[in-house]
This record gives sequence, C-alpha cells and structure tokens, in this order.
Amino acid sequence: MGFTIAYLSLIILIPLAALFIKAAGLGWEEWKAILVSPRIIAATRLTFGLSAAAAGVSVVTGLLVTWVLVRYEFPGKRMLDAMVDLPFALPTAVAGITLTAIYGKEGWIGSHFAAAATWVKETWHPAGWIGEQINTWANFGAAYSSLGIFIALTFIGFPFVVRTLQPVMEDLGKEIEEAAATLGAGRWTVFRRVILPLLVPALITGFTLAFARAIGEYGSVIFISGNLPMKTEILPLLIVSQLEQFKYGAAAVIASGMLIISFVLLFIINLLQRRLDWQNR
Amino acid sequence: MANLQVTTESKPVRLILILAAIIVLGLFLLLPLFAVFAEALRRGWEVFLASLTEDAALSAIKLTLLAAAISVPLNTLFGVSAAWLVTKYRFKGRAFLISLIDLPFAISPVIAGLVWVMIFGAKGWLPPETLTNLLAPAANLAAWAASSDRFGGLFEGLAAWLANPKIIFATPGIIIATVFITFPFVARELIPLMESQGSDQEEAAVTLGAGGWRIFWRITLPNIKWGLLYGVLLCNARAMGEFGAVSVVSGHIRGKTNTLPLHIEVLYNEYQFSAAFACATLLAFLALFTLGMKSLVEQLSGHSAAGKH
Repeated sequence: MGFTIAYLSLIILIPLAALFIKAAGLGWEEWKAILVSPRIIAATRLTFGLSAAAAGVSVVTGLLVTWVLVRYEFPGKRMLDAMVDLPFALPTAVAGITLTAIYGKEGWIGSHFAAAATWVKETWHPAGWIGEQINTWANFGAAYSSLGIFIALTFIGFPFVVRTLQPVMEDLGKEIEEAAATLGAGRWTVFRRVILPLLVPALITGFTLAFARAIGEYGSVIFISGNLPMKTEILPLLIVSQLEQFKYGAAAVIASGMLIISFVLLFIINLLQRRLDWQNR
Repeated sequence: MANLQVTTESKPVRLILILAAIIVLGLFLLLPLFAVFAEALRRGWEVFLASLTEDAALSAIKLTLLAAAISVPLNTLFGVSAAWLVTKYRFKGRAFLISLIDLPFAISPVIAGLVWVMIFGAKGWLPPETLTNLLAPAANLAAWAASSDRFGGLFEGLAAWLANPKIIFATPGIIIATVFITFPFVARELIPLMESQGSDQEEAAVTLGAGGWRIFWRITLPNIKWGLLYGVLLCNARAMGEFGAVSVVSGHIRGKTNTLPLHIEVLYNEYQFSAAFACATLLAFLALFTLGMKSLVEQLSGHSAAGKH
C-alpha cells in the first residue's frame, strides 16, 4: 500500500500539482489576458468542435461495424475484429504521417478527393466559407485543413466506440426482439424502438471516451493539420508553441484549463461506465 | 429456424451491412497500414535498409528500447501492487484511487511532458543549477567510486551525469515522461480481472496457512497471468510509440535525445519520406505484434482480455 501511494504521488500527483501551482502563480489579469486571446479562442473552438464531430462520426460507423461483427458470420471476421484496435496500437506519429500520405494531394484517396474538389470549384465557383474550403481541398487534398484534423481524430476515436458497444450488444437477449416480432413489429421498427434505446448508454459512453481522447490528441494531428495559427492550430499544439517561445506561464495556464476539462470528462466517463456495468449485470 | 427469421435481417440487408463495414474498416484502418509499407519501399529495398541502419536511426532505436526497458518493469510492478491493493482490500478513498490511476489516460500527452518541464526545466521548481547543488554529495561519492581501480568503469557514466544533472532535453526526461504516460496500462488490465475473480481462493490459502508471498506466486499470479501479459504488451507498445510527451521533453537532439517516433518526425519534416516510413514500419510491426498477441491471449484465456483503454 505504501509503495502504491508513494509511486502514484511521485509520478502523477506532484507533477500535476507543479503545473497548477505554476499556473496559479500568474495573476488573475494575466489569466484573463491569456484565456481570451483570439488565438486561444480559435484553437479551443477548433479542438472541441472537431473532436465532437469526429466522435459523432465514430459513433455512427462504430455502430455499423459493431453490429456486423456481433450479429453476422462471414469469412475474415476475426481478423477485422482484431484490426479495430489498430489505432490503439499504432503509434500516433506513424498514424499521423500515414494519414497525411493517404489523404494528401498525392495520396491514394487525397488525389481523387482533390480532383473532385477541383471539378466542383470549376463547375460551380462556390463563394464564401464553402468556396474557401473547396479551394483548400483542391490545392492540398484532404490534408492541411480542418478536414485533415477531423480525419485523424476520427481514426483515433473509432475503436473506443466499438469496444464500448461490443460487450453490451453481445449481451443483448434475443427474447425481446422475438416478442416485438410476434407483436407484428417489422425489423426496422424493432431496431429503432427496441434495440437502439438499449444501446444509447453505451453509445454515449463511447462518444465521451472518443471525445476525451480527441481533445488531447497531438501526434496524429500535427502532421496532417498544417498548423496555421487561428485556422488549423489545435490546443495541444498551442501549448507546445508557447513552450518553444519560453512562455511557460501561458503554457501552464492553457494546460491547466485543459486538465480541468479532462477531469470533468473523466468524472462523467466514470459515472457513465458505472451505469453501463449496472445495465450489463 | 423460425426464431432466426424474426431476429435477423433479410439476406440482401445483411450483405449490404457486411460490405459497408468491410469498406469502412478497409479504407479507414487497413489502408493506412498498407500505406506505411508501400511508402517505405517506394524507393526500393536499399534505401529502406540504409534508413534503418544509419547512425541516427540506430541511436533512436537504442533510446526507445532503453525507455521501454525502464518504464515497463516499473509500471508492471506498480500495476500489480495497485491492482492487488484496490481489489483485495476495502478502504476509504478506494474509488478515488482507481480514478487517479486512470488519470494519465485522460491527460493530453503534451501535458504529460509539460509537467516535467515545469519541475525540472530552466524556469521550473528544480532547475539544473539547483539540482547540481542538491546532488553534489552524491556526485562526489560517485566520482570517488569512479576513481577506484576495480569497478571505476561502472560508475563513470553516473558520476558524469551527477556532476551535470540534466533531465529536460536529455535521456532522463524522456524516461520519466514515458513512465508517466504508460503508468495505468498494467493496472487497468488487472483491476477488472482481479475484481471478477474475488479473493475466495486467497482466503482459502490463508486458512491453510500460506504466507503472503506464497499466495501471490501460487494462486494470484497464475490466475492473472494472461491479463498481466496483455497489460505488459500494451504498456510496452505505448512506451515505444509515445510521441507527444517525449516530444515536449526531448529537445530533438539528433543521435542523442531522439526516440524512434521523434526520429520519424525529424525525417518527415526534412522531406526524407521514404526514410521516415522505413522507420515507421518498425513501429507498425510492433503494433501488429501487439494485436496478434492480444488475439492469442484471448484464445488462450478463453475470454475477452480486452479492457478499455
């Protein structure tokens, strides 16, 4: 017991305390100046917006993949099941350069995407925000834009949804579906009215896990994002750039803010998981 | 058969769903894996092998192995003792302790590196100068040991480091950042496993007169060995692949403080794409090995060893 607590304090608690104390050493005015600077607001909006979007897409594709893996038999199923964990096991730097290579303008997918964007641009000449996006896509493929960040974050978050959903779906009894069918419900109605409501807690947990991971993600994003301040700069990258300019205080303030959000998310995840365990029982 | 009819979908729907899932997994997960190898071999085997055997790559591999060799045993030891503590005993603050163990999972890797800069960095609590003064007695002792004729060689490295103790932008920083990041992996695998097993067998052993160590070696360890193995593998994969945290503390000194992932970044930013991907294949193989072992462990242990990460 002594060893566990001492080691935990030494490795986790004292370093985190050091960060908070450093941040607290700055006055209120400095905090406010750092937190409302336009660059931070832009990075925060980008990080949270894209993390939520990526987690949302992961929920939809994760539901599809889990459904197929749990309910159907087909050749190669075991291998596909094992592959779901690839984003966990593949180091983020490798994921980052590989996704950039695939979705960049020269890449296997990016080249087709850029061609499509060029076609749209030349046919319809879209203006405004959409026109700007299409222009970037035509020039760079899906990389070096917020779309690139979104792709990386979806890649990273996807397994969380599948692995949370899988045990719940496996334990789902067929009796209620039979009962619904005998009462005359069609298959789609059964899915929508009987199965889906039972999966909602697991879907929310998976979403939150993927979202929490995406907010802090660094390695897989920085290669594909282009890293332009105000446009494609995520919060963790902003911390690094503050540090490289020796602005320790600002780095500590941003990091403390992110840490507090992480703690809240961790707390929510714990609550959700306790509910899931209770449901699975 | 009538049962099957009402609780599954018609054949065309099934086929469409299976196909859609295969396309999602194939395009999204398998394609990147193929791309690593395709990009690495784009300029032929010679470039591939040369990029893996150049000095900077070899020193990066060495540093990566060193960081893993220190952090994995440390966190395995911690993981087993922490899991033992929270599953075999009941005490106040137990749920809080479990949450604390999970903490590094919830923290951005960049922050995991940043905390160490706040402590040992030039403007931190224990900047290098303070550390030099603090460690002066130990440095003198090590210098004395290094000057002895018989074992002097063993202490030379230690004495040199203690005389000028650098943590940030040096190897020790990379090691502690890796320890921080890989901290929860083993404990996280073991806690649910040991919780589900309960402590009936251990209690029986106590009544039969077995001591603490004997119970651990003869009963607990055999019960948890597959979960432990998987936890160690995950811990190792992360230790070798960690990027964000070590990136913050390393300073990217080529041939000195670059781990394999950092070396990949440097090569990539210098537009040496084939070399970067060649080094990436090593880490991709590590990932495949970890996934393969996971499937194997699941088969051997007969139940799902996969925890949530």
